[in-house]
Amino acid sequence: MTRIGVVVFPGSNCDRDTLRGLELAGAEAVPLWHEQGSLDGCAAVVLPGGFAYGDYLRAGVIARFSPVMRAVSAFAAEGGLVLGICNGFQVIAEAGLVPGALLRNRGLRFLGRDVRISAERLDTPFTSLVGSARALRMPIAHGEGCYFADEVTLDQLERDGQVLFRYVHADGTQAGAESDAANPNGSLRAIAGVLNARGNVAGLMPHPERAADALLGSDDGLPILRSLVQAAARAEREPVLAGVR
Amino acid sequence: MIVAEPPVATPADAPPLHRALGLTDGELDAIRERLGRDPNDLELAMFSVMWSEHCSYKSSRPLLRTLPTHGEGVVAGPGENAGVVSIGDGLAVAFKIESHNHPSAVEPYQGAATGVGGILRDIFTMGARPIAVLDALRFGDPGDARTRHLVDGVVRGVGGYGNCVGVPTVGGELVFDPSYADNPLVNVMAIGLLEERHLTRAAAPGPGNLAVLFGSATGRDGIGGASVLASATFGDDDPSKRPSVQVGDPFAEKLLIEASLELIEAGLLEGLQDLGAAGITCATSETADRAGTGMYVNLDAIPRREPGMEPFEVMISESQERMLAIVRPERYDEVAAVCAKWNLPCASIGWVTDDGHITVVAAVPGADGQPSDTVEMLARIPAAALTSDAIVHDRLATPPERRRLAPAPGAPEAASDQLPERGMDPGAVLQALLGSPNLASRRAVFEQYDSTVQAATAAGATSGGAAVIRVTGTSKALVAATDGNAGVSAADPWLGAAMSVAEATRNVAITGARPLGVTNCLNYGDPTKPDAFWQLSEAVRGLGDACIALGLPVTGGNVSLFNESARGRIAPTPQIGVVGLLDDVAKALGPAFREAGDTILLIGEAGPGLEGSEYARIAGVAPEDGPPGLDLAVERQLQAFVREAADRGLLDSAQDISGGGFAVALAEAAMWAGLGAHVRVPVSSSPAVDLFGESPSRLIVSAPARHVPAVELLARQHGLPVEAIGSVGGDRLIVELAGAGATGAAEERGSRVADSIDVAITDLERAWRHGLPRALGWTELEQEGAR
Repeated sequence: MTRIGVVVFPGSNCDRDTLRGLELAGAEAVPLWHEQGSLDGCAAVVLPGGFAYGDYLRAGVIARFSPVMRAVSAFAAEGGLVLGICNGFQVIAEAGLVPGALLRNRGLRFLGRDVRISAERLDTPFTSLVGSARALRMPIAHGEGCYFADEVTLDQLERDGQVLFRYVHADGTQAGAESDAANPNGSLRAIAGVLNARGNVAGLMPHPERAADALLGSDDGLPILRSLVQAAARAEREPVLAGVR
Repeated sequence: MIVAEPPVATPADAPPLHRALGLTDGELDAIRERLGRDPNDLELAMFSVMWSEHCSYKSSRPLLRTLPTHGEGVVAGPGENAGVVSIGDGLAVAFKIESHNHPSAVEPYQGAATGVGGILRDIFTMGARPIAVLDALRFGDPGDARTRHLVDGVVRGVGGYGNCVGVPTVGGELVFDPSYADNPLVNVMAIGLLEERHLTRAAAPGPGNLAVLFGSATGRDGIGGASVLASATFGDDDPSKRPSVQVGDPFAEKLLIEASLELIEAGLLEGLQDLGAAGITCATSETADRAGTGMYVNLDAIPRREPGMEPFEVMISESQERMLAIVRPERYDEVAAVCAKWNLPCASIGWVTDDGHITVVAAVPGADGQPSDTVEMLARIPAAALTSDAIVHDRLATPPERRRLAPAPGAPEAASDQLPERGMDPGAVLQALLGSPNLASRRAVFEQYDSTVQAATAAGATSGGAAVIRVTGTSKALVAATDGNAGVSAADPWLGAAMSVAEATRNVAITGARPLGVTNCLNYGDPTKPDAFWQLSEAVRGLGDACIALGLPVTGGNVSLFNESARGRIAPTPQIGVVGLLDDVAKALGPAFREAGDTILLIGEAGPGLEGSEYARIAGVAPEDGPPGLDLAVERQLQAFVREAADRGLLDSAQDISGGGFAVALAEAAMWAGLGAHVRVPVSSSPAVDLFGESPSRLIVSAPARHVPAVELLARQHGLPVEAIGSVGGDRLIVELAGAGATGAAEERGSRVADSIDVAITDLERAWRHGLPRALGWTELEQEGAR
């Protein structure tokens, strides 16, 4: 079974959910403690949501200096698959593994609600099993989720296919840039998730691991986790071809 | 020659120390009696916090003893940090509700935040992982600037703490009434899940075992929170009380949760107690008294946040995020290693003794100012004197003059329950109710909380009904609700408490779940005033009567007294929390209609009495009107009926009729489904009563046509009135009034309006969505709701 690591920072609070979500998606999911310097041979790493180190200064800003992040950065530099969810996205953005920054929500309040997002690309390790560009329903829960980058960077991201998810309306049409309720935090160009240039590191604010069970309202997040598990399995089998590890 | 010492300058009117600490002369005598001598200043400080109303329940204990506490599956009841009930498969649920009213009035953010933190510690102290929080909040007029400040701070505080520790906030209440203007209520209920074998007691067994303090260091925050803040009426000197409010650190709490559960699961602890009110004094004396032991406390070993703290400050500080563990000496190193892993300071501050006393010692400063090898005994008190043998007061209870809720600002002067009869459009009344602060959508508040973390929330705070939380790894779910009927309590505290129990259990039962137990937070006035104490004693009687009638144990709770200010007393508020068990989460029923074409049935019968209703709040009531009645036997039948109907899969939805009455309940069930409904209802007494009255023990259910005969039969078997009143469908809410009570006013005016409600669902929804942000002046959120 493909082994995927979930980093546990002090203050992570979605680590258990993410471990369970990855198991539902078919992986052997293992926790990776923030003080460890190796990734225990994991084929992919997920940074879960929460408030790493309390996030008192700014979300993710302290976590990026932890020992495990040195290992994650090295892994990413070698082409290893890394997914940051919510606080995990904030951490990898602070660490410079993906472009842009997450600012405080437009309304300056924490927001927990179901949103809809749509995958801009279906050919990535994170979206290959999403199937179509339909609106995926899953929760957000964050105070700092407003995606920001300068105009030049945003243009470059669009051009190079690095915009991975956007907030959309229920009918799949793209949410407005700043003041649309479907874009709950005011993210520029309604960006909910991005890729790095190489395509092996992704971050998104919504929580696919909380949308992995139809009885809880939605299982639209499961294909995202399954995509990652499948890509990680391939990387495990063909490390050279996949360009990872 | 003898030189006289100059007299110490004390103002002639300075009160003696015990009175300054909130103890009466009689209480000082009782302390002397228990010690057989005069207490010293440190001992007096320890007594003052432990004998505060908040810690000792000195006024309420005789009342609380009358409550039923035994029931099926109860493994821990009142007296423990939280009630624990078995749910099968070796699992159990821990739950409790607690107030943090006065701190929230002084400093709303920290007051609410530490309220969440405190109740979470009560849960994981039992060995349970906290899985859900519900918060019941009550404030004054939402248009008032101070209320808005309090709402904003409390909501941010609940969210700031709960969101960070990763426990979903899945429900609660938000109520506005002028009586809470100076004294808001912040009642927080927490639920945890544990393996029964990990159940941990807050006791200190085994003389020779170590007393280990871990978590945050001890500072000067929260000095005398229990006595100064929680157990006195508000005066004009509120800002001076700010140092009595604790400061919360949710990140530290998150580490504390993980470390505590790891210590428990590794079997390293003999006992565990959190530090809340009265700090180290409370934790040491309660754990020792529960085990019939004593404790020796070395003051110098307690990690401090700042130098120069007085012994009494260390002993009664309410610094947050601290735990006291009882550890066998040979396991100490392992305990320290777990604490180190979570980066939590940990110190052995003493040991368990067999002398039944709390003994506090410290090193005597040597000639060089450094601690010497000689220790000095600073305090020695029987543990029981501080806890189980604390003073109990027999208070006087006298029924007060009949009191009424103040009508909302702008309400008509003349009381009237005749609105529809006067030709007013009941559809307009319905829209006004749906948009009123107490009935409008809570989304603007609840969305500031994380309700889905832990990935187990099947129905959360915005679902409209009880919270449904999956027990991961099983097909089961826990169902939770909290309700408090202050409107009826103001008129009749017995009835208000009994109705609160009926409503909270009903809200759990209509999902199909079986209620397991009841926790309660009783928010009342100054117990030394006979009319206030009467309200409390009547409420406890109502709570007990309802629980006995419904066959439920009271597993724990909290009493908050002195909820008064110079402007008056709060409406008596019995906040009831109920947790139930659903065997199959897939069968959970919600309040919203599900299918167009379904038949709508009304179960139960409206009774007269509009006092205490939301309708009365906007329309006033006739002077001769009273609150509605409650028949607990009918309530029990109603809940049995709906559980059986749900289990047999007969129903598509079940909605309880409560705030705003039948019309609001029907509108909600339709609105939340995005469907219309067309019904014809018999009017029994007056349209106001049938449409907007809040008499209890009634449900609106929907069922596919093929199940209707079975539903009707089942209801009759339970002795309940049942009537198919219409069907789900369309995009309008149409309610026709029929029968002897209908007015005929419409005919006179040549209009159909007064005899029926006919409103587009989208119009109802707009009123409902906008109401709260508009009332609170949250314009940005109001605009967002408009889209």
